Amino acid sequence: MSLSELTRHILFLSTLLIASNANAEVMSANLGTPLTFAEIERFSISVYPDGENLPEGQGTAEEGKMLYRQRCAMCHGKSGTEGPSHRLAGSVGLFSIWDPLRIKRIMETNGLLVMSTGQQWPYATTVFDFVRRAMPHTAPKSLTSNQVYALTAYILYLNDLIIENEVISRINLPGVEMPAAKRFEEASRQE
Amino acid sequence: MKLSAQNYIAGGGLIDRRSLLSGSISFLAAGTIARVSSASEDSTTIADAYPAWSRTLGNSDSPYGRPSHREANVVRKLQLPAAPENSGSTAWLTPIESMHGAITPNGLHFGSHHFGVPDVDPATHELMIHGLVDKPLKFTVEHLLRYPMVSHIRFLECSGNTALNALAPFAGGESCQDLYGLVSCAEWVGVKVSDLLNEAGLKKQALWVIAEGADGGSHARSIPLSKMTDDAIIAFYQNGEKLRAEQGYPMRLLLPGWEGNTSVKYLHRLEISDRPAYTAHESGLYTEQLASGRIEGFSFPMDVKSVITHPSAGHVLDEKGFYEISGLAWSGYGSISSVEVSADEGKTWATASLHNPVNDKALTRFSIPWQWNGKSTILLSRATDDRGRSQPTRKFWKQKYTSPTFNHYNAIQPWHVDSSGRLTNVFI
Ligand code: HEC
Repeated sequence: MSLSELTRHILFLSTLLIASNANAEVMSANLGTPLTFAEIERFSISVYPDGENLPEGQGTAEEGKMLYRQRCAMCHGKSGTEGPSHRLAGSVGLFSIWDPLRIKRIMETNGLLVMSTGQQWPYATTVFDFVRRAMPHTAPKSLTSNQVYALTAYILYLNDLIIENEVISRINLPGVEMPAAKRFEEASRQE
Repeated sequence: MKLSAQNYIAGGGLIDRRSLLSGSISFLAAGTIARVSSASEDSTTIADAYPAWSRTLGNSDSPYGRPSHREANVVRKLQLPAAPENSGSTAWLTPIESMHGAITPNGLHFGSHHFGVPDVDPATHELMIHGLVDKPLKFTVEHLLRYPMVSHIRFLECSGNTALNALAPFAGGESCQDLYGLVSCAEWVGVKVSDLLNEAGLKKQALWVIAEGADGGSHARSIPLSKMTDDAIIAFYQNGEKLRAEQGYPMRLLLPGWEGNTSVKYLHRLEISDRPAYTAHESGLYTEQLASGRIEGFSFPMDVKSVITHPSAGHVLDEKGFYEISGLAWSGYGSISSVEVSADEGKTWATASLHNPVNDKALTRFSIPWQWNGKSTILLSRATDDRGRSQPTRKFWKQKYTSPTFNHYNAIQPWHVDSSGRLTNVFI
């Protein structure tokens, strides 16, 4: 094969490659449009256990108590244990002697009030994340960051995890140790 | 019907299906009823012999068909009469004991809601993909509908299906619908998640995807990337029509075989990450407490399970004699390879027939003929999947968890038949 023949050969091969690439372009729909940084910022509400994505702001359980009475207690009960909505404080639900109302709770709420946020959730950051996105149930996303910090602090306080006037913010919320953290494990049966 | 000893394949009256086919069972010939025709008269018509609907012009059809009004009692049922404060956090149970086949009609598909049923406008709803990707992208619904579509017949099961058997200290008057109504099966059509992730370009560190809905509570779950690139789809159609609002209109994630809560409805955002976010539901409601006191989370696949739907708790057998025992089996790990049935309290078992098609991670109908002798007994079914996984007894299942644990219950279900033919739930 002469050099010019070889060059032509290579050229031919590369046009083939280009053609197949172009084909690949045509085959995929490619209809997504770029997201701007501002758009991402606006919807980035997932808070991670290490505190990533927690916003500025702060609050104490003392401040949270007032808000809780106005906006949460009608569903979660005065002390976060009575319901009718999910239980926020107390009870690992392991032994019924600790919870004489257990059978009643199971029958009335299908077990939802047996265990509580404070005892089940391994990370305090989840409380902030969930209250900000989902609560109060009938008016989700209506609370300011300061209000969410205050309510998070109050729920942690109801679980005896912090003291009433501790200022909770993005700095120290990830450091609040939840009792479930040590017990939590990823299931082994996923494949 | 006359049966001889060799027609039976197990105790309690289970019949070898082949003996039905080969005709070795003789049916008593019904006496021939001769119709005495009276002398014909001019004034008589044939109308007298026919019911009303054969003597009149029928009603007109309608733009969207509805079930017969005579089936008005075959409807979903609210799992618990919710306190008004919890009215957005509810589950609706499929009436599986009144249905047949393996596909759930859209209006009867179970619904599990945590933040009510939102009214999402597809004209403005968008899907965002961002995080550990080369190109963060957004997609309109209109554009997504232009991607290549794939179809999967898959079951969806709420992690809390049959929770009452896990929680209640005694079996009571629950019906099959009360206990098993949180599983359904449909043909889901949609776009492969991997197509969209490839378009955005995954970064090397990508390991998890936080999937989030557009409902009031922005429901979110962290999903291992491997599942997303394996068989996850974004579904737009269910049994041929666009999703119902209760099922995530205009689009939902569908993770075949995994606990229903992960198939995020009203899908709005996929955040690619290197770790899970520990969202509320994966931190609490959808975890299990092991007997050791440890808490198990991210327990995604729904294990192999089966239930006899015909007959089942809530049914009453009118008389002794022939019945077909029939039910549903499914596994989040693969397809069903066999179902065994016992009609004598678990003393002997026989293999049931599986009805085609036997799809991967789909409800599979099984059946076996049965001659009920009118005596009290217990019916059970036990499924095995193509991974060799099989169902535990309730006692065995309970030993694994603490008493308030109710997710992922998949124990063998006993139905007690009393001598009057009434079926009830029992623990044995
Ligand atoms: C209208 C009743 C209602 C009100 C008011 C309400 N909640 Fe809730 N809350 C619920 C319901 C229902 C759920 C369960 C949602 C679900 O199914 O995931 C819930 C769940 C929660 C959870 C998670 C519980 C768990 O362990 O899964 C937290 C934390 C919470 N609410 C905090 C609050 C706070 C803080 C407020 C006040 C700002 C509030 N709620 C107001 C009804 C209410």
